[in-house]
Amino acid sequence: MTTASTDGARSHARSQAGGATMRIPTLPGGVDDTRLVWSESVPADSYASRVLGRGARLRFADPEGGACAHLLLFRADASWERLNIADTMKVPWQAYLGVGHPLLSDQGRVLATVVADTSGHHDMLCGLPPAGRQKMLLAAIKHGMDSRDVAPSATLFKGVRVEDSGALTYAGSAGAGTAVELLIHLPVVVAVVNTAHPLDPHPAVTALDIVAWRAPEQLTTPVNDEPEYLRALFNTEATWVASVSSESIWAAAQSSEALK
Amino acid sequence: VTTTLSTVIADEVVAACSPWSAILRTGQSLQIVDLHGNQAVDTLFYAVDGDTVDPAGRYSAQATVAAQKNIFLTTGSVLRAADGRPLVTIVADEVGNHDTIAGACSKESNTLRYGHHTVHQHACAENFLAEAAKWGMGKRDIVSNVNFFMNVPVEADGTLGIVDGRSAPGKSLTVRAETDTLVLVSNCPQINNPCNGFDPTPVRMVITSA
Repeated sequence: MTTASTDGARSHARSQAGGATMRIPTLPGGVDDTRLVWSESVPADSYASRVLGRGARLRFADPEGGACAHLLLFRADASWERLNIADTMKVPWQAYLGVGHPLLSDQGRVLATVVADTSGHHDMLCGLPPAGRQKMLLAAIKHGMDSRDVAPSATLFKGVRVEDSGALTYAGSAGAGTAVELLIHLPVVVAVVNTAHPLDPHPAVTALDIVAWRAPEQLTTPVNDEPEYLRALFNTEATWVASVSSESIWAAAQSSEALK
Repeated sequence: VTTTLSTVIADEVVAACSPWSAILRTGQSLQIVDLHGNQAVDTLFYAVDGDTVDPAGRYSAQATVAAQKNIFLTTGSVLRAADGRPLVTIVADEVGNHDTIAGACSKESNTLRYGHHTVHQHACAENFLAEAAKWGMGKRDIVSNVNFFMNVPVEADGTLGIVDGRSAPGKSLTVRAETDTLVLVSNCPQINNPCNGFDPTPVRMVITSA
């Protein structure tokens, strides 16, 4: 196929997608396809970003055992409010991510909660290696941000443990086939880079699969009942209800009344 | 035998609960004296070109911890920017186990940790924002900081928390600038946990030439 002319070049360009194969992550069983809002596989050393609405459920999967998802979250409507790693460890009195752990913003609100986790190998102490930081910077720039916004990040699927001396032990991956799911409490920019953990002695990064779906009914039940978490939920809900249009709340109330 | 006499460039007392900042030129040292003991000194570092902050040269707790493979800061710890660049090195330390994972207190996080009645108490995030603004910086420039003289152990199951400090009246720590560096400090006003012995007190800052 010649590409010497615009006609040939156009035909050549248009012929490519038909013969290509690409990995498209699918929803977990039992989730209706009409709820899907994001499906993307991120190869090694690449990145992805998406704005997700309140009530989305976001699933990261490590199908081959080498994924390493470095994660940042920003308020979609106020990006200067973002994931605060220190508060995310200090407020729940817990350095290691697991089910029930809130991902807190610097304003005392829950951006997301970990609602499922079959890996248990995560890290909030070491962050991104410099090359990965450049990828995160690109994701930030695409949402109107810059290097100042590339704050400390969380890392999924590669773990670290702290000894009594403070020394870090690299715990690596839990193996192939694990997944982590987050419930999104406020509209957020999700930025994720799939690249090596800085302490990984033999980095061999494999694909990271991402799917997200609408699950707003899950916002109605607190994921855990610890006082710090419940107060963070209170701050989050108070902010949301104050910011959304009164007319939309009134309309929703009218329609639910009509259903009775 | 060569004797080097260092020159004191600044010797200031930071009042309890107050912010402070200064630029250290390469080779200069800053001694932080915990005058009354168990006073957390929340600190951030930014590389500067002249008096202009380089946003890419901001302190990174994660880069610092990953490089030394240890969460505690003490003599020999190199405090780094996100790109790995050394900003300052701890050259003397009478206390040990300084924290850099637990961050600064804020009015907003106080509501989660202690209840909404604490929302109008003063907090380190307020000091950082006010002092950073003097250097042309804003909220986005504030990240996880160092907490000198603050003790935050991590237990085997990941439980962590601010516990009684290891410091005592008159104990000190000294950092040396590896590049021209802005030091941004909040002398912590927290009164709801033991980081200041429930009684915030002044600290002394002594800057000396190489």
